[in-house]
Amino acid sequence: MTAALSFENLSKTFPVGRTLLGASRASVKAVHPITLTVEKNETLGIVGESGCGKSTLARMLVGLLEPTTGAIQIEGAALDTADPAEFGKRIQYVFQDPISSLNPRKTIRQIMDAPLKLLHGMGKEERDKRISEIFESVNLREEFLERYPHEFSGGQAQRIGIARALAANARILILDEPVSALDVSVQAQVLNLLADLKAAFDLTYLFISHDLAVVEAVSDRIAVLYFGSVVELGPAEKVFANPQHPYTKLLAESAPVVGRPLTAPEAKGTELPNPLDPPPGCAFAARCLHATDRCRAEVPKLTEGAQGTSVACFHPLGGAE
Amino acid sequence: MIAFVRLLARNRLALAGGIVLSLVILLVLLTPILPLADPDVTDTANRFKPPFSQGALLGTDHLGRDLLSRLLWGTQLSLAVGFAAAIIAATVGAAIGIVAGFYGGRTDNIIMRGVDMLMAFPYILLALAIVAALGPGLFNALIAVAAVNVPFFARNIRGVTVGIAHKEFVDAARLAGMSNTRIILTEVLPNVIPVIIIAMSTTIGWMILETAGLSFLGLGSQPPQADLGSMLGEARSALISNPHTSIVPGVMILIIVMSINLLGDGVRDALDPRLKSGALSRPMAATLVRRAGTPPPPAGRGLLEVRELQTQFHVKDRVYRAVGGVSLHVEKGECLGIIGESGSGKSVTALSVMGLVASPPGVITGGAVRYDGTDLIGAPYRQLRDMRGRNVAYIFQDPLATLHPLYRVGDQLVEAIRSHRPIGKEEGRAKAIELLAAVRIPNPEKRISDYPHEMSGGMRQRVGIAMALANDPDIIIADEPTTALDVTVQAQILALLDDLRRSRGLAIVFITHDFGVVAQLCDRVAVMYAGRIVEEGHTREILETPRHPYTTRLMACVPELGEGKRRLEAIAGLPPVVDKLPAGCAFAERCLKVQEVCRQGDIPLEGTGGRAVRCLFPEAPISEAAE
Repeated sequence: MTAALSFENLSKTFPVGRTLLGASRASVKAVHPITLTVEKNETLGIVGESGCGKSTLARMLVGLLEPTTGAIQIEGAALDTADPAEFGKRIQYVFQDPISSLNPRKTIRQIMDAPLKLLHGMGKEERDKRISEIFESVNLREEFLERYPHEFSGGQAQRIGIARALAANARILILDEPVSALDVSVQAQVLNLLADLKAAFDLTYLFISHDLAVVEAVSDRIAVLYFGSVVELGPAEKVFANPQHPYTKLLAESAPVVGRPLTAPEAKGTELPNPLDPPPGCAFAARCLHATDRCRAEVPKLTEGAQGTSVACFHPLGGAE
Repeated sequence: MIAFVRLLARNRLALAGGIVLSLVILLVLLTPILPLADPDVTDTANRFKPPFSQGALLGTDHLGRDLLSRLLWGTQLSLAVGFAAAIIAATVGAAIGIVAGFYGGRTDNIIMRGVDMLMAFPYILLALAIVAALGPGLFNALIAVAAVNVPFFARNIRGVTVGIAHKEFVDAARLAGMSNTRIILTEVLPNVIPVIIIAMSTTIGWMILETAGLSFLGLGSQPPQADLGSMLGEARSALISNPHTSIVPGVMILIIVMSINLLGDGVRDALDPRLKSGALSRPMAATLVRRAGTPPPPAGRGLLEVRELQTQFHVKDRVYRAVGGVSLHVEKGECLGIIGESGSGKSVTALSVMGLVASPPGVITGGAVRYDGTDLIGAPYRQLRDMRGRNVAYIFQDPLATLHPLYRVGDQLVEAIRSHRPIGKEEGRAKAIELLAAVRIPNPEKRISDYPHEMSGGMRQRVGIAMALANDPDIIIADEPTTALDVTVQAQILALLDDLRRSRGLAIVFITHDFGVVAQLCDRVAVMYAGRIVEEGHTREILETPRHPYTTRLMACVPELGEGKRRLEAIAGLPPVVDKLPAGCAFAERCLKVQEVCRQGDIPLEGTGGRAVRCLFPEAPISEAAE
């Protein structure tokens, strides 16, 4: 079986503080080289806190950002151009903010028409038919087509965003925090819709979120990102239930859960490492209770551990289930 | 479009400007068919005839030409040149600005530095240089005026384009296969056009003046052709002896420029979305109170007691009942959670307490808010201001928006203290350090001189909490204080709030949409839906045996960590809009257990022992829940 999406050593470095002639004085490594494979029909969850590079990664995967290093393969074929239109037919993106991802001065029909016309060269009748089909599948009424984006609630706008992604007929969707701008009752509607669409159209999802519970509820596998690197990767039911990396454990313990007394898992007011001056070893070492000298000097690699999870840590927590 | 005209017409000055300008334009359009003397025929025998003389309504100039005729033809020419220059400048400037803003990077740098260089010259010098190079003449003056104004448009439009080029819908258009040219034309341009029109409407008057200026200097229209500037220039020598020759064109320039500027300001105000939303109309210092009848008597519960509070938003002819009769109370040292979705009225309830709901459009129309027995609704502003921050303090969701970006956090803390009591420089500094230490900011001596942008989100929220603590309040109202934060930071902030409440005996009203947070922090919870409390009680009881169907369903649709991949229990439909609340239960439309009686009449919030539910068919009987 060929993987739906795989990428090797994908990384992104942003130059900062350009001089007048364009030479940069320093650089920020937003994403350290990451190698991951998403199987066909799988939902891979990517979870991490703000600034961990999850959106940068997503934007590289759809061609909106050119990677500094690495190569992307979609359904077995290499995609090395940085032309979003090339990517568009095979991989699509659903944005976090449903309203701002729709042009306020276009009707929904104009928005839906664009990918059909430009990516697939469909004629007028064919387009209308396809739009009807798609709208039916995302539970939107066709009368919405003549309206403008500001007339919709967040949940409806996000359905339109999903409909637009489906219109490109890509079989891989990158969902970048698709529900974090929505109210909880609407969030569940959209998550269920995504699950239905995946089954109906044979889709593969890369689901990015900061909400651990949401990621766990929708994903088959989860990758935990910290400071631009994958620190843990494993089956969804195991990653948070039995974390191997101390950071994953910290995340899992920080999530507010009904019935668990309130304790700050981290008493110190620690801050994230400075991206301009990254630590030489493990990025988490300064916050880690188990850190040793080796952790501070050498960057741990993601290695296969017990029970099918991979972890980038010299002292994985292990622990029985 | 109709809304735009109506908005414009509401501005009296703009309307007057528009009418005057229309009259002038109508007049110059009719000029060719009006029975006027030839403007260029000289008749030196009849020179300098005063106004209202026979055959020359406005008199004649130094060559005996009819001033009325010259004025109308001249106005026509000046207006035409002004508009043409504005359109050329706007088109060229906008094109440059859009290209620079859209492509960014080096393209932007090169173009904008060029524009900066153009701007570095005094504009009249530049225009003179252009005319000198091209030779005098009205057409060349037009080119000069347009060229001089291009940088203004380019800079303005570039700024707007940079904002739009990074919007998500532009990325979405790329993924839909659009080329850059198509994105510029169909995605960026339609969003920039209002700004172009605004810039144009405020500069046309200026450009007419500039053209007149060049003509005045003899570089624009050439004799005998009349335009307003050249008329003024020719009348200059007779300014003292025959002032009417200068006054006639002068007054016309005044009329045109005034009316265009007034109309332009009106257009700008009507088109600018910030002004449309009323962001620049300053809200009143305290929420407007229009309370009918006597306020409800105190029930004598809690340090802060809210009784049957009603807050509405009056927007045009619509009334949004954001808060429709909310009663709650909080004791010293207690944490009350208010949970609900967006639009449920939880924030408006909290803001109403200290009269912080923006008015207009907010109005408190009923109920009472008692702090230690005194009613705050309708209290004089001085009293409210004295209590804000000292008795009741707020913590808001976004600490970046609540802290001033240009002041050091230490200074902002001292300012918060100083608004209630005088404090010396040294003492203030010591107190600020003490406050930062109290919210566990490491290294407070150094951090007090940080600017807000130098801190992480978690640190900023700690400063927000420190500010709320600055005057030792009894009550803190925290409105989603951790929603914008990462989970690891959220856990720290929650632990901190819990500590503070225990160590200082603070009463906390905690507004959130997260059951996990409520469960960890709050003693009691009130669940809000469509502006009313639908269920309240002790946190554990509500979480274990929710009785209102909305509470049950809301809890079920939130995924919880540790339950694995699964389908969620979504609630179909949307909450009702609060300007069209249904009769009876607001949740009826989405409820699975709805009966006919649910849609008829008001349903009271009923219960005993602090546990109450607003439902005719609650999930479990009270007695069962109490066990």
